[in-house]
Amino acid sequence: MKVEFTHKQTAHCENGVVSNLMTYNGFPVSEPMVFGIGSGLLFCYIPILKVNHAPAITYRVMPGQIFKKFAKRVGIKIKKEKFKNPKEAQARLDENLAKNNPVGLQVGVYNLTYFPDEYRFHFNAHNLVVYGKNENTYLISDPIMEEATTLTEKEMEKVRFAKGAFAPKGHIYYPIDFPEELDLKNAIIKGIKQTCKDMLAPVPILGVKGIKYVANLIRKWPKKHGVKKANHYLGQIVRMQEEIGTGGGGFRYIFAAFLQESSDILENPKLLELSKEMTKIGDLWRDFALNASRIYKNRKALQDSYESVAAQLDVISDKEKVFFTKLKKAIK
Amino acid sequence: MKEGEVPQDKSNLESAHFKELCYAVDDDGNYVTTNSTGWNPKTIALDNAIQEINDRIEASKQRVLKGESSPIEYYMELNKMDVPILASYVEMWSWRVKRHFKPSVFKKLSDKVLNKYAEVFEISIAELKKFKE
Repeated sequence: MKVEFTHKQTAHCENGVVSNLMTYNGFPVSEPMVFGIGSGLLFCYIPILKVNHAPAITYRVMPGQIFKKFAKRVGIKIKKEKFKNPKEAQARLDENLAKNNPVGLQVGVYNLTYFPDEYRFHFNAHNLVVYGKNENTYLISDPIMEEATTLTEKEMEKVRFAKGAFAPKGHIYYPIDFPEELDLKNAIIKGIKQTCKDMLAPVPILGVKGIKYVANLIRKWPKKHGVKKANHYLGQIVRMQEEIGTGGGGFRYIFAAFLQESSDILENPKLLELSKEMTKIGDLWRDFALNASRIYKNRKALQDSYESVAAQLDVISDKEKVFFTKLKKAIK
Repeated sequence: MKEGEVPQDKSNLESAHFKELCYAVDDDGNYVTTNSTGWNPKTIALDNAIQEINDRIEASKQRVLKGESSPIEYYMELNKMDVPILASYVEMWSWRVKRHFKPSVFKKLSDKVLNKYAEVFEISIAELKKFKE
């Protein structure tokens, strides 16, 4: 009952699931297109939430938002369901596989047996595609893995019913209705507009203002929490920015790739120029990560070094402010 | 980032034989995807985070041995959880879970309650009660 599904590795799981499911249904769409149209790019400091005992900072929108917005903007319909009862959740999954319909699932990472141990944290917003079943084994296309993989029925139940923040509750989703042709042009413009709006939002913890806010937090951390904690927090920022899934530079390179592809589709050369500019900003994020790592590598650090990485973030914030203002004008 | 500059440092990904996907620019300025074995700045961050977890596990173990906390806290740390995550797995309020960290309270817990914890930690009630290491 295996269906012809092609596993393709992507940087980020949610983009990957959408891109792979779309391709299976006869609408090949690249990862950067999904990310850009779904307005995936963001910067946000989340004050009340702690992840791994450190402040939560995100470089992307909330889980599920990319697919939701992408679907709305290109005109496809998605069926989504959550379950209380694991048996029902499995029955619905098996039904779909019996009909040769690959589906997306939201899962917890902690019990994904094929992940390296070091990456198995209690993170519940991971996404993968199930494209078949052999006896008691599910055939899995996990977008961040190089190859397709498998999970047993028991393992599957555990990852689908992981608990904690963003508990998946057996969340299953798949596209059910497609237009004759995807209206990419309008979708791209809507996606870009929203990203510009979010990044330039007059909210202190969001977008370019959020980057400055975090820069100021970094300046205060060593005095307020001591060097050990300050370094743990700094390491956490770098992990959110660079760990598997962002494609490098906190999603800035994927966004640049999206602008490059969009420049062709919209026949707008300004977007190509802006793509190059975004690549350079991505490089600045990488430099920030590199310098931050020099601080937490030594475990001893002077106030000066925190000041210098904070200053780097200030520069990035200023550049992104100019960038998104130009981008907003470029699609008018 | 240029395609040739995508870092290929040794990292924890090696143990699982997999490489992650990065976006970079080729010589003609076009975006391409390419695999990376890892990058030191984030490998150090991950190693530090793991060290931090191990320190927490060790510290909680010492607290249990000194009679300052119950084994529930130790197993929570061992499973990389915090109080809200554990509370959601055992379906109790966070304050109740925290209360169960008190050795005096832990001693009086019913097998029914202990079993909830034991199931989540995938150990037996006996193992949970007889904390010796």
